[in-house]
Amino acid sequence: MAIFVNEKTKVLVQGLTGGQGRFHGLRNRDYGTQVVAGVTPGKAGQDVEGIKIYDTVESAVAATGATASFIAVPPKAAPAAILEAARAGIGFVVCITEGVPAQDEARVFATLQRDFPKTRLLGPNCPGIISPGKCNIGITAGEIAALPTAKGPNVGIVSRSGTLTYQALYELKQRNIGVSTCVGIGGDPVPGTSFVDCLAEFQSDPETHAIIMIGEIGGTAEEEAAEFIMTHVTKPMSAYIAGVTAPAGKKMGHAGAIVSGGKGTAQGKMDALRSAGVKVGLNPTEACELMVQIIASM
Amino acid sequence: MDLFEYQGKQYFARYDIAVSAGGVALTIDEAVAQAELAKYPVVIKAQVQVGGRGKAGGIKLANNAEEVRLHAKNILGMNIKGHIVKRVWVEHASDIAEEYYASFTLDRSAKRHLLMLSAQGGVEIEHVAVVDPTAIVKLHINPVEGLTLDAAKRAVVDARITEKAQDGVAAMLVKLYECFTKGDCDLAEINPLILKSNGEVHALDAKVTLDDNAAFRHPEWDEYRATEELDERESLAREKNLQYIGLDGSVGIIANGAGLAMSTLDVVNQVGGKAANFLDIGGGANAELMTAALEVINSDINVKSIFINIFGGITRGDEVAKGIVEAIKRVKLRAPIVIRLDGTNATEGRAIIATAGIAESQLISRATMLEAARSAVEIAGKK
Repeated sequence: MAIFVNEKTKVLVQGLTGGQGRFHGLRNRDYGTQVVAGVTPGKAGQDVEGIKIYDTVESAVAATGATASFIAVPPKAAPAAILEAARAGIGFVVCITEGVPAQDEARVFATLQRDFPKTRLLGPNCPGIISPGKCNIGITAGEIAALPTAKGPNVGIVSRSGTLTYQALYELKQRNIGVSTCVGIGGDPVPGTSFVDCLAEFQSDPETHAIIMIGEIGGTAEEEAAEFIMTHVTKPMSAYIAGVTAPAGKKMGHAGAIVSGGKGTAQGKMDALRSAGVKVGLNPTEACELMVQIIASM
Repeated sequence: MDLFEYQGKQYFARYDIAVSAGGVALTIDEAVAQAELAKYPVVIKAQVQVGGRGKAGGIKLANNAEEVRLHAKNILGMNIKGHIVKRVWVEHASDIAEEYYASFTLDRSAKRHLLMLSAQGGVEIEHVAVVDPTAIVKLHINPVEGLTLDAAKRAVVDARITEKAQDGVAAMLVKLYECFTKGDCDLAEINPLILKSNGEVHALDAKVTLDDNAAFRHPEWDEYRATEELDERESLAREKNLQYIGLDGSVGIIANGAGLAMSTLDVVNQVGGKAANFLDIGGGANAELMTAALEVINSDINVKSIFINIFGGITRGDEVAKGIVEAIKRVKLRAPIVIRLDGTNATEGRAIIATAGIAESQLISRATMLEAARSAVEIAGKK
């Protein structure tokens, strides 16, 4: 088991003929992901190292039975690409594009909610998702993720940051702790998939025994997660929140990482998680060490 | 990007939102010229991106050229909470009957647009929220459906805005919403939104934050960029296309990834130091990028040590190490570097750094983030 994706997931890449799409799409295939098609308008009939290109998502789905889409197109084109995938019946869309305007994200999210409730969007501006040994969609270096073990215990990871996700994957691998699925939800103001969505999935996934959550300043997603954890999550958790020292009013790299009007501080988020019973580390390594202790006591 | 009041008003005017006749001035003579155009009496307003201008003496009424000269002289160059006034906005004085508050933002939690409206304007809305929360009407708007005039009218009635102002305020809300959405604002706020004795409504102030991600479809934003107040380090970083934020500590920071960069600041703080900056060089971390990053850090005279924190994912540690060594050779650094290199091929990377022939007084390698932070803070001295 894993969440959202597994070895049966068939992936098409929107933008496979572009630089990013080609690089990461082929890496995902090398990892063992079933990358079945590429989509670039006007390039039907071509191929990228054996992967056939189609003009539309609809025709690619009809020909290959793709169930997931990996979107690697520029910010201008991303909103239309997401909605095209949803219209074609794709159930899981991963959009790594950085720099999508917040107004577009809000409109796309509301459109999916209203017209395509069966489509789940991960991102935009996210590193993607990896279920080690089964499926890798996005930019994560597959070799730093430890395979889950049949007996467990295995850890699920959910994070707003890319490099901190890698850090967590790497530290768990060094300590021989298996990972069920690692989800990067991205650092934008309106992410398609939230912490709560992932926590709900991890809670009901029999292969996941404990959860690491990595948050950062800005918004209220971590506080909402804490509330959800209190009432719905029984699996043990550790967490880290980046940005304790970030100055107010400045966007710290990610569009969504900003403390404004005294809201969205790291301290507030850490307090909320602690009161929900989550073990909170003061740096990423400490959060992983706390997870090692959790695993050892299981 | 935050706009100055005058830019916000110019932006509002594009969406047909009523503002006072006026103009911006950089000198006393220009202020007088703008006052003559706007017609007396005029108000002279300091243009700074910080609240509390009025209390600081940055907003003055003038009835003639002599008074304009006096006030403009006092206000230009004034220091308001650390912001030096470089421009004043001169506009025709308004005859204020009532003051309201209106704003649109994105409510990230609800994933909806949020209208906040109050009949109590002219004061800080945070203050109203504490003293009389029922005086603020909050309306969530589905971004796909938008704000209708009917919904705006209901909000105006709910906010108990004077009857004769209701139609005007509702119409202005629809225009402000258009400015917020089509104009790609993170925040569009009017405080105060005034009712004049002749019954007209009008934006007396403007607070606008633009979404930088939408700049590609707004060529008109270029002129706002030009007036942004960046320090020297930030201007240099922008020239070199780096994600940089200047801070006031003594440990220069370079990391790959926004999350890791934020985390690096935290760890430096945790061991008793203070970061001089936030700098995310992204995933690549090649010699060119690293050189540019080091040049920016090097331009900061407060930097006493430099902490390079790299986690290799797809970009392998050995490639990163080569880039760093090459960059160190190109830039004559004023402060020593402490590097932590981890992730894919980190061992090979560390070997490259160890055998590059760079003196240990200039470059130290540490295995973990915490150890590296301790060394960097030790060199820089405690905060």
